[in-house]
Amino acid sequence: MASLKELKIRIGSVKSTQKITKAKQMVAAAKLRKAQAAAEAARPYSSRLEAVVASLASKIAGGTGEGASPLLAGTGKDEVHLLVVANSDRGLAGAFNANIVKAALAKARALELDGKKVQFYLIGRKGRPVINRAYPGKIVAQFDTTGAKQPGYDQAQAIGQELSKMFLDGKFDIAHLFYSRFKSALAQIPTEQQIIPVKIPADADRNAIPATVEYEPSEEAILDDLLPRNISIQLFKALLENNASEQGASMTAMDNATRNAGDLISKLTIQYNRSRQAAITTELVEIISGAEAL
Amino acid sequence: MALHFELVTPEKLVRSADVWQVVVPGTDGDFGVLEGHAPFMSTVRDGSIQIFATAGAAPEIIPVEGGFAEVNEKGLTVLAEKAG
Repeated sequence: MASLKELKIRIGSVKSTQKITKAKQMVAAAKLRKAQAAAEAARPYSSRLEAVVASLASKIAGGTGEGASPLLAGTGKDEVHLLVVANSDRGLAGAFNANIVKAALAKARALELDGKKVQFYLIGRKGRPVINRAYPGKIVAQFDTTGAKQPGYDQAQAIGQELSKMFLDGKFDIAHLFYSRFKSALAQIPTEQQIIPVKIPADADRNAIPATVEYEPSEEAILDDLLPRNISIQLFKALLENNASEQGASMTAMDNATRNAGDLISKLTIQYNRSRQAAITTELVEIISGAEAL
Repeated sequence: MALHFELVTPEKLVRSADVWQVVVPGTDGDFGVLEGHAPFMSTVRDGSIQIFATAGAAPEIIPVEGGFAEVNEKGLTVLAEKAG
């Protein structure tokens, strides 16, 4: 049985932990609102760009199929897969980072079983240790996001350009992006998306643009201009979703932690009171029996 | 009788308004868009968009960087990487 003093110290330390988790929970709640708003603000651009790219691409691919940008057509090989894993820089977010990494590692194992080569490109620093342990030496690059509070389009653009360059240099054939899609504060879904070559949704509306549209300079030139941009915007969307998911996961995890700390405190307090009572009783018994002996 | 104009960046919807005319800096030269313009698609070079709220009014100028303009029956949409 722990002594009274030990119990008292223990209660104090749990209380201060609870204060920290509570504060982190409130910070995450405030940030979540902002992150969610940012993710929503990015939607009009990405949905419009996606629609235009899809209809342009299906038009060109449906017509000639020749001369299309490799970003659309691929390298014609299916050898080296690059897994782009977007994580956060900070922990205290429950299983948020672990879930994304788990999804990426599962994909990597499946690809290796098929005899493909796997490489990793990391965004954010939390996933690195786990992936490095499972696939040592397979991390080709890491993008540092610690400098920025909120993911900005500049970052997404920098990542997009780096990826396009690696792709055109023939470093990989197919790139998959792993991030967490924000569904609600309670549910974040680890998601995989192929970003290079651009996947045209099968149900893309081929007639979204009427045939009479004039293009300047030309359909191909516009598409070549838009494809790299589309990659950046997909990354940007993923970063924003990830950010919102992280705050959501963090809020839920910290809420749980705060509640656990509360439970622990009441349990310890009961224990403390009982042993105090026991000490008093023992003391009284000693006095009384001492008096009776006289 | 107005042109519906939208300027969108990845971060937000910058402008959505009904205006008289918008002059867009296209890659192959500036072009003005009025209501009822034929369907048209063009890349945009770095420059400024001029927005005329009404005929003869002084234009409002918004600098844009890198983007893409689309004219369809619904109006003009400019997707820019940076605006303002």
